[in-house]
Amino acid sequence: MLGKLTWAAIPFNQPIPLVTSIILVIGIVSLLALITIKGWWSYLWNEWITSTDHKRIGVMYMVLGLVMLLRGFADALMMRAQLALAQGNATGFLPPEHYDQIFSAHGTIMIFFVAMPFVIGLMNFAVPLQLGVRDVAFPVLNSVSFWLTASGVLLVNVSLVVGEFAKTGWLVYPPLSELAYSPGVGVDYYLWSLQISGLGTLLTGINFTTTILKMRAPGMSYMRMPVFCWTALASNLLIVAAFPILTATFALLLLDRYCGFHFFTPDLGGNPMMYINLIWCWGHPEVYILILPAFGVFSEVIATFSSKPLFGYHSMVVATMAICVLSFLVWLHHFFTMGASADVNAFFGIMTMVIAVPTGVKVFNWLFTMYGGSIRFTVPIHWALGFMVTFVLGGLSGVLLAVPPADFVLHNSLFLIAHFHNVIIGGVVFGVVAGYTYWFPKAFGFTLDETLGKAVFWCWFFGFYLAFMPLYVLGIMGATRRMQHYADPSWQPYMIVALGGAVLIFIGICLMVVQLWWSIRTREQRRDLTGDPWNGRTLEWGTASPPPSWNYAVEPHVNGIDAFWAVKTKNRELHKVAESRYEAEHQPHYETIHMPKRSATGFISAFFAVFLGFGLIWHIWWLVILGIIACLAVLLRQAWDMDRDQFIDAAELEDFDRRHPGLGAQR
Amino acid sequence: MKLRNSITALLGASLAGCSSALLDPHGPIGRQEKLILIDSTVIMLAIVIPVIIATLVFAWWFRAGNPKAKRLLDWDYSGQIEFVVWAIPALVILFLGGIAWISTHDLDPPKPIASNVAPLDIEVVSLDWKWLFIYPDAGIASVNKLVLPVGTPVRFHMTSAGVMNSFFIPQLGSQIYTMAGMATRLNLLVDDPGTYRGLSAQFSGEGFSDMTFEVSALSHQDFEQWLETTRTQGGTLDAAAYAALMRPSAKDPQHTYATVTAGIFDAILVHPGAAPTAAQIEPAVSAD
Repeated sequence: MLGKLTWAAIPFNQPIPLVTSIILVIGIVSLLALITIKGWWSYLWNEWITSTDHKRIGVMYMVLGLVMLLRGFADALMMRAQLALAQGNATGFLPPEHYDQIFSAHGTIMIFFVAMPFVIGLMNFAVPLQLGVRDVAFPVLNSVSFWLTASGVLLVNVSLVVGEFAKTGWLVYPPLSELAYSPGVGVDYYLWSLQISGLGTLLTGINFTTTILKMRAPGMSYMRMPVFCWTALASNLLIVAAFPILTATFALLLLDRYCGFHFFTPDLGGNPMMYINLIWCWGHPEVYILILPAFGVFSEVIATFSSKPLFGYHSMVVATMAICVLSFLVWLHHFFTMGASADVNAFFGIMTMVIAVPTGVKVFNWLFTMYGGSIRFTVPIHWALGFMVTFVLGGLSGVLLAVPPADFVLHNSLFLIAHFHNVIIGGVVFGVVAGYTYWFPKAFGFTLDETLGKAVFWCWFFGFYLAFMPLYVLGIMGATRRMQHYADPSWQPYMIVALGGAVLIFIGICLMVVQLWWSIRTREQRRDLTGDPWNGRTLEWGTASPPPSWNYAVEPHVNGIDAFWAVKTKNRELHKVAESRYEAEHQPHYETIHMPKRSATGFISAFFAVFLGFGLIWHIWWLVILGIIACLAVLLRQAWDMDRDQFIDAAELEDFDRRHPGLGAQR
Repeated sequence: MKLRNSITALLGASLAGCSSALLDPHGPIGRQEKLILIDSTVIMLAIVIPVIIATLVFAWWFRAGNPKAKRLLDWDYSGQIEFVVWAIPALVILFLGGIAWISTHDLDPPKPIASNVAPLDIEVVSLDWKWLFIYPDAGIASVNKLVLPVGTPVRFHMTSAGVMNSFFIPQLGSQIYTMAGMATRLNLLVDDPGTYRGLSAQFSGEGFSDMTFEVSALSHQDFEQWLETTRTQGGTLDAAAYAALMRPSAKDPQHTYATVTAGIFDAILVHPGAAPTAAQIEPAVSAD
């Protein structure tokens, strides 16, 4: 009846997972109780859970990412604490069986359920606004994407309470992840949660690629798109090209584990090297799926706060697309030590270095964007400058690792760990927080607290250096990754410093939560009524904050790069000449607009996807069949649902504009 | 060269008093890799440091409150600058790419090390969670202890009994994966007598952290002596002994086998995933 599931799956005899599970369950139950007592269910259901508004979905992605950041960071703190203690005969407080799950969960969560939701959340929020359109190409599909990601998140967290997580590292290399060496449900939790959320990500890729290619405002040719949209396009093209590889690779491993196939086993004709090649064919583009939108954010932030257009726009576009293509030609650098010939290793090493050229161009262009500018030191520009300083060091260590003979001694060492945290924290995380701070007033109509924001930045900035510079050194000293304890006493001081850095970053994360709470509390004093708090350059700053569900009452017409800046400049000129003539010529023409209705399809199909995944993990076959039938039924209902349109009256649009006089002045 | 020395000194100082393995190599492979490490870093620092300084200087000088800064608020393109910003990274990468191409071929792990001394063959098997070293010519084997003669090129033939591992002696240089059903090759040479740390650099499961081995580099004479002594101690590494060794265990004490059934390494190689039977070892020999 319940497949492999028994009471033994609950970690009654392991204090740390048990306490964590209890806290998790109490937390969720009390949150649900609070919502019920306050009577928020109908609001949540109508305005958020079933929303097809890209901005709301974007906000939900960000909330999901923030919650999982706390979970993933708890894992990081435990790992750093373990290694600060476990020297010589000391065994630390985490046995290997538990420690191995923690580092596997940390990597999986941080990449799939923190970085991806953050980046997709920013794209969801900003891309349609920047393109001057009213929604994405497939609004209901967008909701499906989000809820499938949430299903994956839920399954990963269920593994904490019921059963175990993978003990194999975050990419579950076979043969270790095969049934013979990992008989438990940990790898199955990993595979099914990523299959489900991976489907959501692929749908996002299709949705945004279509949106950007087909749905720009009139006059917005490709070479007039904001750079963030270009990076989003590159990122989504990579999703469309790379995520099917991930799904197929996991499907093959699942066949090995569930049906006794031998794709990746060492015996009976299987070959684990095939898995390692395939997973990195997805894995390397994935790095650029994350970092390219972050580059886009920095381009927007640096231009806006330097009060200057982005320097070398065409170069930036070419560099972005060059990285997009090159990212598919470098995957082998993740395993130079697997025994490929010198020609193959050298080719992939050099291709990897070649990516540093367009990346270097971007850094120089950001420099020249600042040159001659008038730089306002707001929170987002702090993150951007912190990124430029930090990221070039990560690039340095990256190019070093791309030299195959250097990699022969640095591969899998803590130097490597330091390198990819250097680019992921210094690049992706800094970019995401910059974007979050930059677009927050657009999303909610008030700004985040500047003082606390700067405190958050300095905690992350110094915390990063304190946590990862010692790891570079330890790598040079021959310390390898994923060790649960070590013998060399000279490593311990570095491990303790690294723990200090992690604690400092943790303070930064806590301050981030405090900043959010404090800014909400004092929102009345920090209201932005103009819709343009930063003196922005791109279209999204020309609508209200928060924007109405339909974004723009009148479709914007675009005549160049930095469309909104051009409008502001022109209007200032015109106002000087003849104000009355301007007013007469620019009476907006309102038309009834068509918008999608809210839809429960995403939530309900994802709800049943959780059952499907849980059934598959525990071999509860009736639950699997139920899940499949329910998901199909929901999708079929959606296909035959004809009541999915709503119309916004022209009078309502006009009324909205009248109630937001600040906007009219800018338009 | 002067800069390189000072960088080495700087790195050395920051690692003072500790075993800075990669910066203290004891073999030609490790020495060349250290050189590549330092040279590449210095070449890149020549760009990275000015970029970091320029970032901070530009940001500070062009702050909104600086009355002395000359504003160019519409300046967004310069063909000459674009040319230079593409050319600088491209030239650096061209240079580094050349280094990468040449050094990858020079330091290709299967490439024999040129020497007047005849090379020594050692067969390596990674097991859960210990290392087996077979000396086929001497007909002996050792667990968790690798004994090497100084100044002799060593040809490693490596495989795995099950999951992947990576054979790595930081102070000698290059690591290479061990994989079941496949033989990978690595050539190393140790210059100085001493004890070095060897490890698995690829996570392999529960006992991974203890999957280390001691590398003992002996003079030629001492090495011959060690072979002689070993031939008189421990049992035979045959199918039964290997099957017993294959059972997962961690922190196994170092021990040796006085004799080794010929062809056992090839049998392990062609029968991955399970211990080869005695019958499977024999045909592997005849196939030779």
